[in-house]
Amino acid sequence: MSSPIPAGPDRKASGDGISAATAEKPKALARPAPDKLPAWADYALLPLINVVAAFVVSGLAVLMVGANPLEAVKIMVFGALGYGEGVGFTLFYTTNFIFAGLAVAVAYHSGLFNIGAEGQAYVGGLGATFVALALDHFLPWYATVPIALVAACVFGAAWAFIPAWLQARRGSHIVITTIMFNFLANALMVWLLVNYFIQPGTMDPASRPFTEGASIPKLGGLFSLFGADLGAAPLNLCIFLALIAAVFVYVLIWRTKLGYEMRTVGLNPTAAVYAGISTSRIIIITMLISGALAGLLALNPVIGDQQRLQLNFVNGAGFVGIAVALMGRNHPVGICLAALLFGMLYQGGAELAFDMPQVSREMILVIQGLVILFAGALEHMFRPGLTRAVNMISTPQRRRMVEAGEASR
Amino acid sequence: MRVKWLAAAAAVLFAGNAYAAEVSPAVIYDIGGKHDKSFNESAFAGEEQFKKDTGIGYHEFEIQNPSQYDQALRNFARRGYQPIIAIGFSQAQALEKVSKEFPKIQFGIVDATVDAPNVRSLVFREEEGSYLVGMLAALKSETGKIGFVGGMDIPLIRKFACGYVQGAKAVNPKIEIFQNMVGTTGDAWNDPVKGGELAKSQLSRGADVIYTAAGASGLGAMQAAADAKKYSIGVDSNQDDLHPGSVLTSMVKHVDTAIYSANMDMKDGKWTGGAKVLGLKENGVGYTSDQYNKDVLTADMKSKADEAKAKIISGEIKVHDYTADNSCPM
Repeated sequence: MSSPIPAGPDRKASGDGISAATAEKPKALARPAPDKLPAWADYALLPLINVVAAFVVSGLAVLMVGANPLEAVKIMVFGALGYGEGVGFTLFYTTNFIFAGLAVAVAYHSGLFNIGAEGQAYVGGLGATFVALALDHFLPWYATVPIALVAACVFGAAWAFIPAWLQARRGSHIVITTIMFNFLANALMVWLLVNYFIQPGTMDPASRPFTEGASIPKLGGLFSLFGADLGAAPLNLCIFLALIAAVFVYVLIWRTKLGYEMRTVGLNPTAAVYAGISTSRIIIITMLISGALAGLLALNPVIGDQQRLQLNFVNGAGFVGIAVALMGRNHPVGICLAALLFGMLYQGGAELAFDMPQVSREMILVIQGLVILFAGALEHMFRPGLTRAVNMISTPQRRRMVEAGEASR
Repeated sequence: MRVKWLAAAAAVLFAGNAYAAEVSPAVIYDIGGKHDKSFNESAFAGEEQFKKDTGIGYHEFEIQNPSQYDQALRNFARRGYQPIIAIGFSQAQALEKVSKEFPKIQFGIVDATVDAPNVRSLVFREEEGSYLVGMLAALKSETGKIGFVGGMDIPLIRKFACGYVQGAKAVNPKIEIFQNMVGTTGDAWNDPVKGGELAKSQLSRGADVIYTAAGASGLGAMQAAADAKKYSIGVDSNQDDLHPGSVLTSMVKHVDTAIYSANMDMKDGKWTGGAKVLGLKENGVGYTSDQYNKDVLTADMKSKADEAKAKIISGEIKVHDYTADNSCPM
């Protein structure tokens, strides 16, 4: 029953009492620099330093395989942002990562670590596919897609429901159950694709291609109005859906009663019970929302891009979502920015592998892994130093405020 | 007729296209990756051989996610590389699209058929090679029980398994065949530990010959068979030298030579599009017999297998292809 997530300095960032904490923190801890940073440093400077550190270390790795790291950075940035098609691909990947990041973040606010976004998205794709296969001959896309959207949400949420119920009612740890449900999702989808969806006479375990009736318009036309050529990039309307979802998550978490309850359960489940909040109810509702967001991810690759259900179409986006949520401090704005960074890494990385034969696919993984390492696991490595530095240059005014606070006590 | 037309079209293409004679091959590996100890690696070997023999380098790209199929093909085509060879059936849909956009560029695809004049489709009759090694397994087995360890439960692997079962049953209709798959994700091709465990379980149930079609996972199964002093059968490339005396034979699928000759044809101006089905007859698949397995593969067994091979080539024995109707008669 108890909330599984370790409380860290992060925890405070998820609330809104940041500015208050700076001045009122009791000095009894005897630490000269409380680990509090002004918001701009916490949300912008620290992640930036982490990313730069990751790139410096990656640069050393690139140097080791005998390539020029500056050249590599140039290719990556140009590949991701330098021309229309690159931008299109970058934003396409970004869309996936926003959904996955939001799914992880929503759960995180209730103190739940949802590792299962991958599986929930996979099963969400199944829901979307059922609708697409059933209706694509009869309805236009603007009628099919909303139904597919609901189906993807429902399937994703249903896949998250069982781990949620087990956590809420039986105390089975959500980390373990959601990981296991990823494997179950894989097994289920392979079985369905190989035995039922496959078209006779083909090798490829994939459903039949959807017709125009189940497609999501690409944004190539829209961008060409502004003189940009997206080429063959699969960027589609889903990116707007992702941004709407981000706004929805913000409103839900910080502007509704339910969100307040979710945060309360996340911060202190015992206190939540004392306050009359049913933790098991909140756990289940949170995971349903989280699973639904993960399920939405499936629309982008399945209906937006490939227009058929394929084996392993999620391809790790659900796991990247964990890094995106961590890096984005579980805030929708941060998540969108972190998702953009990972989108750039994906697209720029592909471009790099293409243009620099020494840099293999595994090298790209190393670079992505280093960013995750520095932004996630080593997130707090630079924090004490940075806090000291910021405090040193911070205005005497703040020091006076702190002193005044102490004097009045 | 069709072939003639294609050849004529190709000839016209070469005449009108300055860099057509200048072969600059590119290869796009599937998600499994270049070093999968299986058909991607075999493709890599083919390109390397070509580079060694002709001094002409090649470009390569490893696919990370399905959205990159189109992208990689277009990137190579736009830069004028050819032939651009896509490895794996997953790339078929993308190639169908891209080959139309670049009608002057020559493409190739392994394990799938794309019906376009500028695409050479290289398809292998894995079931025929598997039939022969199935026979050899049944001839070798003393317990009347043999095993099959596949990577992932997909049609391609069922095609291997189905051929194997047909061959074994042709020798001994009462033979018992255990079949297991390593996993349900891409990791299934790269999990030697699980492959070994499945093989051990089959061995403990009495199997004494194990055929693997599981990429690098198969290496674990072959190790397990060698440890138990039983037999294994390798796949895709010649793996006889892994455990001499324990590896009965290998079912080889010559992706390497298919790619090598595609590049060579392009270089010599003999390129043709269309489907090339490579079976026993075309020497696209087969079983190995060399100094490493000469002690375990007896002359009697070989003569029986070669007899069946001749019959398959002549059409007297028909080996059912699982992917023709997604079912196996056995």
